[in-house]
Amino acid sequence: MSRAEAVRGASPLWTLGLFRNELLTTFRRWRTLALLGVLAAVPVLVGVAVRIETGDGPSGGGGGGGPAFISQITNNGLFLVFTALAATLPFFLPMAIGVIAGDALAGEANAGTLRYLLVAPAGRTRLLLTKYATVMVFCLVATLVVAVSALITGALLFPLGDLTTLSGTRIGFAEGLGRALLIALVVAASLTGVAALGLFVSTLTHSGIAAMATTVGLLITVQILDQIPQLHALHPYLFSHHWLSFADLMREPVHWDDLTKNLGLQALYAAVFGSAAWARFTTKDINA
Amino acid sequence: MAPYESDDTTTAGEAGEPRTGRRRAARYVVPVTVMGVAAATIGLVPAIASSGDPDLPEITAAQLIEKIAQSDVERLSGTVKITTDLGLPDLGGLESGLMSGAAERGGDDGSSADPSAKLTELASGTHTLRIAADGPDRQKVSILENAAEYSLIHNGADVWGYDSKSNEVYHGTVDASGEAREQRPPATPRDFAEEALKAVDDTTSVTVDGTAQVAGRDAYKLVVEPKQSGSTVGAISIAVDHETGMPLKFTLTPSSGGAAVVDVGFTKVDFGAPAASTFEFTPPKGAKVTEGEPEHDREHSGKPERAPKSEEDLAKGLDGMKTLGKGWNTIATFDGGAGGGLPTGDAGGDLGGFVDSLGDRVKGEFGTGTVFSTRLINALLTEDGTVYVGAVTKDALVKAADAGK
Repeated sequence: MSRAEAVRGASPLWTLGLFRNELLTTFRRWRTLALLGVLAAVPVLVGVAVRIETGDGPSGGGGGGGPAFISQITNNGLFLVFTALAATLPFFLPMAIGVIAGDALAGEANAGTLRYLLVAPAGRTRLLLTKYATVMVFCLVATLVVAVSALITGALLFPLGDLTTLSGTRIGFAEGLGRALLIALVVAASLTGVAALGLFVSTLTHSGIAAMATTVGLLITVQILDQIPQLHALHPYLFSHHWLSFADLMREPVHWDDLTKNLGLQALYAAVFGSAAWARFTTKDINA
Repeated sequence: MAPYESDDTTTAGEAGEPRTGRRRAARYVVPVTVMGVAAATIGLVPAIASSGDPDLPEITAAQLIEKIAQSDVERLSGTVKITTDLGLPDLGGLESGLMSGAAERGGDDGSSADPSAKLTELASGTHTLRIAADGPDRQKVSILENAAEYSLIHNGADVWGYDSKSNEVYHGTVDASGEAREQRPPATPRDFAEEALKAVDDTTSVTVDGTAQVAGRDAYKLVVEPKQSGSTVGAISIAVDHETGMPLKFTLTPSSGGAAVVDVGFTKVDFGAPAASTFEFTPPKGAKVTEGEPEHDREHSGKPERAPKSEEDLAKGLDGMKTLGKGWNTIATFDGGAGGGLPTGDAGGDLGGFVDSLGDRVKGEFGTGTVFSTRLINALLTEDGTVYVGAVTKDALVKAADAGK
């Protein structure tokens, strides 16, 4: 890392170096690894539970309860990917994002390392962008960890093959895999709103724990608000409202309405809270 | 953000208090602006999009009805949004519990993929449907649910129902290809429009009320209104595609005002042939397949295979049904059962009280009775067990009961 030789301020290479540094720091933390481990364990648990329950041979038609797609897992392991994402998206995934995003700046401030980062000629805006990019990469990695773990578990425990879409048409296994990847990307994109929110909260405080707790608390509050029917006028603006629309990718033809609404809403949250975080962070007195 | 870039590193040290304060405030303008622009976009875009009705050549109501009748759209695919608000008591989870219970009791073949069990769900709330058709032999209707879908596919001699949530399949057959249309409950604006136009007679006024844009297509608006007073139907508005004569949107507003009772409209429509694979269905591995009764047996089994389309259909299903009045104010009357009908407050104890709480007590020359009302259909149950039902107001029901005495 040739930080000292870097051209002052403006070089994109320098930014890349900072970004790489951030990534390494984040992914080397035990906390991050533990979070990813928990996420990887969820599909394994779901898979094993379904396997044990239907141990006497595939019965099919499990009544329709539980997370989405669960009744199809016994017939096609690829559905475990969708079930696992549907099971982790409401809580596990955003909680992990909340922890990482909340810790991003407040954690540095808490440990007293933030001012050293700012002594380096990074600029606050660039540091913030780097932090956000790191959190986004974590979103993607976390989602892929769930998906890959689900795919491996599904392949080991259940048969694979052609799959039936929600609309009743058939698609080949390769296309199914493609859709699974697309779904993972959409799920990762669905988390950008929480990530921006967490980063904003992180700029408000010097305590990493407080930022994490606030972000996760907001997440739970929003999820509860989303369940109250009297507040239905508010629901389309809650960041979690369209999360499960990723299942629309399994229809034939794909139903884009809710998907685009979801992505648009996430972009809006990212813009609002990203700029709020910027406004706060660039004007804040850093003394820790 | 770029203009501020160079200042960033120096902000903390430099500048006196007042200036910093102003700068701080200035930066928060950015998120507020983003939010404002977003709110404005959300508020304004639909307004702009819906403004400006298309210019279409003048047409008379008779010509427009003729156009609908001649419409021969056989190939289409599209998305339909259907909203029904009958004003039934909102029982929430209880309702669905009762419904699934009823489906369960319907016999050993109480499959969740059975069309008759599934399609009753359309009677309340908002649903998104997908419709595809390619000639008389191949149609598909899908109800989109949260992370699940129910599809009813007609392909040649086969009718498949597939419930992706429970992974259950229903399979039935049809003898003649033409029957499939009948087997399907009304789901498209065209089905509803045809029913409404059947009712057109001298008690109805039909007018063309300008134009509108529906699902990105230019359409005429046909308004059907009852001439008589006393009907709960305020007006029926049908948007008809100017090219194909296909009804694109159907709205029934009650005479009491408020939101539409039934609102069915395409949000997307394409008159090209859908992909052949849309209609192909093989039950997925491990799915529970329920075989339906053959078509001709079903007719006699008394099991309702589709929602009653109109009062006429309903009348056929009930013995001893008479109709009073004509046109929109038709009231059906029948004997609601031996011995005093439902228990009411005086006689039935707790149950009677419960029944009463659902309806209103009314008095007339016929005696006393209870009126059960929804936003469209009202029913009067008299003490001697006679039932009067119609899409008419409460007063009209009482008058009919008086006259019937």
